[in-house]
Amino acid sequence: MIRLQYFARYREELGRDGEQLDWQDSFATLGALRDHLLARGGAWQVLAERNLMCARNQELCGLDEPLEDGDEVAFFPTVTGG
Amino acid sequence: MAVRVQTAPFDPGTELNALHAAQLGIGAVVGFVGYVRDYNDGQEVAGMFLEHYPGMTEKALAKIVAEAEARWPLLRVEVLHRVGALTPGEPIVFVGTASAHRQAAFEACDFIMDYLKTRAPFWKREDTRAGTRWVEGRDSDQQAAARWDQ
Repeated sequence: MIRLQYFARYREELGRDGEQLDWQDSFATLGALRDHLLARGGAWQVLAERNLMCARNQELCGLDEPLEDGDEVAFFPTVTGG
Repeated sequence: MAVRVQTAPFDPGTELNALHAAQLGIGAVVGFVGYVRDYNDGQEVAGMFLEHYPGMTEKALAKIVAEAEARWPLLRVEVLHRVGALTPGEPIVFVGTASAHRQAAFEACDFIMDYLKTRAPFWKREDTRAGTRWVEGRDSDQQAAARWDQ
């Protein structure tokens, strides 16, 4: 199981704040998981943005980050706090 | 070291004074306060909502503070960030650093803000006459944070 979360503009554009996906061996990296979501088409193209940021288990990481069953993954636009 | 994420307003003066309290080895305290402006990117701003990633936010801020403490001899650090609804003129963020001498406090405060702007999961949504809009990240913030890697 992968627990996915979407924040801010992505949450609004995707119409959901998160979801759970059954684990698949093809989710080898965070980038592979993103490809799986992009294949849904439509609004999911927002995850192809150049400024996309992501986190694995609440730590910032890159798309080459390896994934494991049970991970929490988040996709979000560039952060704008402060 | 203290990290707080809260919806409640705060008084920057109280936070600044608390940093120095009961530690006579502190010779320098630097405080940064970020405020909500009433104008941004060509539009009047009536209010703002700050979204965050509960759980990760606190961890990300603690990691940034730990990195500052590893780089400079700090005696106290406080990071306080508001979330939820805010109006123009309200403080959003307070970063306070305390050290024996001023240079460490100045640099660490600057560093913490640069990293907070680019690594802590907060997002601003502004209310304008034209509707609500998400604030976009700035390249200048990324460049400011990159200075500390050189």
